[in-house]
Amino acid sequence: MLADKDRIFTNLYGWNSFTLADAKKRGDWDNTAAIIAKGRDWIIEEMKKSGLRGRGGAGFPTGMKWSFMPKPSDKPHYLVINADESEPGTCKDREILRHEPHKLLEGALIAAHAIGAHKAYIYIRGEFFDESSNVWKAIHEARAAGLLGKNAAGSGWDFDVELHRGGGAYICGEESALLESLEGKKGQPRNKPPFPAMAGLYSCPTTVNNVETIATVPTILRRGGEWFAGIGRDAKNTGTKLYCISGHVNAPCNVEEAMGIPMRELIEKHAGGVRGGWDNLLCVIPGGSSTPLLPREICDTVVMDFDSLRAVQSGLGTAGLIVMDKSTDVVYAIARLSYFYMHESCGQCTPCREGTAWMYKIMQRMVTGNATIEEIDMLLDISKQIEGQTICAHGDASAWPIQGLFRHFRPVVEQRIMDYRKQAKAA
Amino acid sequence: MKPIVAPKEQQPTSFAFKDMTKVADILSRYPEERKQSAVMPLLDLVMRETEGQWIPEVAMEEIAKILEMPRIKVFEVATFYSMFILRPIGKNHIQCCTTTPCWLRGSADIVKACEEKLGIHIGETTSDGKFTLTEVECLGACVNAPMVQINDSYYEDLTPERMKEIIDALSAGREVPAGPQNGRKCSMAITGPTTLQDEAKKAGVA
Repeated sequence: MLADKDRIFTNLYGWNSFTLADAKKRGDWDNTAAIIAKGRDWIIEEMKKSGLRGRGGAGFPTGMKWSFMPKPSDKPHYLVINADESEPGTCKDREILRHEPHKLLEGALIAAHAIGAHKAYIYIRGEFFDESSNVWKAIHEARAAGLLGKNAAGSGWDFDVELHRGGGAYICGEESALLESLEGKKGQPRNKPPFPAMAGLYSCPTTVNNVETIATVPTILRRGGEWFAGIGRDAKNTGTKLYCISGHVNAPCNVEEAMGIPMRELIEKHAGGVRGGWDNLLCVIPGGSSTPLLPREICDTVVMDFDSLRAVQSGLGTAGLIVMDKSTDVVYAIARLSYFYMHESCGQCTPCREGTAWMYKIMQRMVTGNATIEEIDMLLDISKQIEGQTICAHGDASAWPIQGLFRHFRPVVEQRIMDYRKQAKAA
Repeated sequence: MKPIVAPKEQQPTSFAFKDMTKVADILSRYPEERKQSAVMPLLDLVMRETEGQWIPEVAMEEIAKILEMPRIKVFEVATFYSMFILRPIGKNHIQCCTTTPCWLRGSADIVKACEEKLGIHIGETTSDGKFTLTEVECLGACVNAPMVQINDSYYEDLTPERMKEIIDALSAGREVPAGPQNGRKCSMAITGPTTLQDEAKKAGVA
C-alpha cells in the first residue's frame, strides 16, 4: 500500500478548502520559479525519468509528448488541459478541479514553460458547474497573487489560463474533437496527422494533457523523477494514480494508490470490499466503460497498471473500476453502455454512427434472449467492422465492451437465448 | 440524438443580451480573430438570461452577428451539444443519470421515484412549470451513485425516499444543499478515510 507521505493529492476529499491560502499550506506554489529556472530541457528530462504516462486513458508518456513540440516560432504555442471527464466509471479529475485547482494551475505554468506556451485553456465538461466555479476562483486568486500573468510566479515567463466549459458531449474528451469544440465548432474529431503538436488549437502547436497528468507535475519535479519512478511495478508503469471504485462495493470511493496495486487489495482495502464478499464478485470493468470487463478469476490476481491489464485483453484506461456482483444482469450492464456509445457518437464516420446503433439494437435483444445463437457471431463481426475503421477511438470504445462480454460470458447469453426459445415454444 | 426545438409560435421575435459586460468578458478569453470560440459560452449565457432556461432562434442569430459567423454554424453547435436546450423547460431541471455505474446502484428506482412524485415521464415538464425530467448519460460522479443533476448542482448518494424529499423541498421553494445526501464527505468512503491519516485527524474526520 502506498505510504501517506507519497500521496500527491492530500486534499482529495475536500477536507480543507481549495483556496490559495490552504493550497500553499499543502506545498503548492512553493518557489515555482526555482523549478522553471532549471530550464525546459531539465523539466522534460525529469518528466521522462519519472515515467509518467498520460492519466486521461491512453497512457502516452508525458515527457515524450512535450518533447514533440516544435521550437518557438512566430506562431503561438498552446497548452490545453482536458477536463472533459465523461468516461462512465470515472470521477477523479472532478476531485482535482474542485479540491486541488492550484496544483493544476501550478502544473499548467510549468508544463506551459516546457512546451513554450504563454496561454492555456482548461476545457471542463459543462455539467461540472460547481467544479468550474472553484477553478475560476483559483485562477482569479492566482492572478491577483502574481502567480499567473506577466512574469508568472516570478519565473520570468508570461502565462495565463482561461477556462472553457463544454456542452455535454462525451466525444469532446477526444483531443482533436476538444480542439474543434474550443474553436467554436461541433465536437467532431480531426484526421491525424497533423497531430496537435504540429497543428492543434487555431492551427498552432498544441499539447493536450489530462487534468491528473498536469496536476501531478509540480510534485514530481519537487521530489524528483526518480521518486515517482520508484513507485509501481516496473519502469513502464510508475507512480501514484487516482482510482475510482464504483458499483457493487460496500463503500464506493476515490483513492490515490500506487500504480500496480492488486485489484483485489484496492477494492478490499479502500472500497469496503465487494457487496456480499469477494466470492460474490461477478466481474469488474477495470478502467472506465470502454475497457473490456474481467471475470472474477482474472480479478483474483490481476494488478492495476497499463501493461498488466493489457496482458489480460483489457486496459487501465482512466482507472475507473466498475464492480458488479453476482446479482447483476451483466448483459444489460453492457447493453446500457452500448446505448451510451450510440448516444455519444458524433455521427462523422459511418461505421460508428450506424454501427453503434446496430449493436445497441442487437444488444437489446440479447438482454431478453430474443435472438439467435448465430447473431452473437454477427454482432461480434459488426464490432470488428467498426473497430479501427473510424477517425477516432470512439468506434473502438463502443466495440470493446461487447467483445469483452462475449469473451467471458458467452454461455450466459447463449443460455438466455435458449431459455427464451423454450418459453416462446411453451406459450 | 435530435434535439427538441420550440415551435414557431413559441419563438420570441427579438433578443438582446441583458448584460453586455458578460459578453465582453467572454470575448476577452479568446484571440480577437478567433471570436467563434465564444459561441458555447454565449449560448450558455442565453440560457441563463432567458426565462425557461432555453435558447430561442433569435438569440442564435444575435450570437452569429456578434461573432461574425454564419448563423447555420451557431445552429450546428447549439444542436450538437446536449446541454443547449432549444425549448422552454421547467424551473428545476432534474437530469437523472442512468448509465451503468448509476444503474448498478439503483438509478432506475430514482427515475421511478421522480416520475411517481411529479406525475410525468422522462422528457416531460410538469403543468405548473416547476419541473422538467430528463435522462442523461454519465455525469462523472460514479462513486457517488446514484445521482441526479438539478440545474447547476449534483445531488449524490440518493435513495428514492430522499429524491422525493428533495422534490418536495424544491416544490415548496426551499433550497436543498447539493452533494452527497447520505452525510458522507465528497468521494471519501462512507466508512471513513482509508488514507491520509494525519490530514484526516487534523480535519476531524478520522
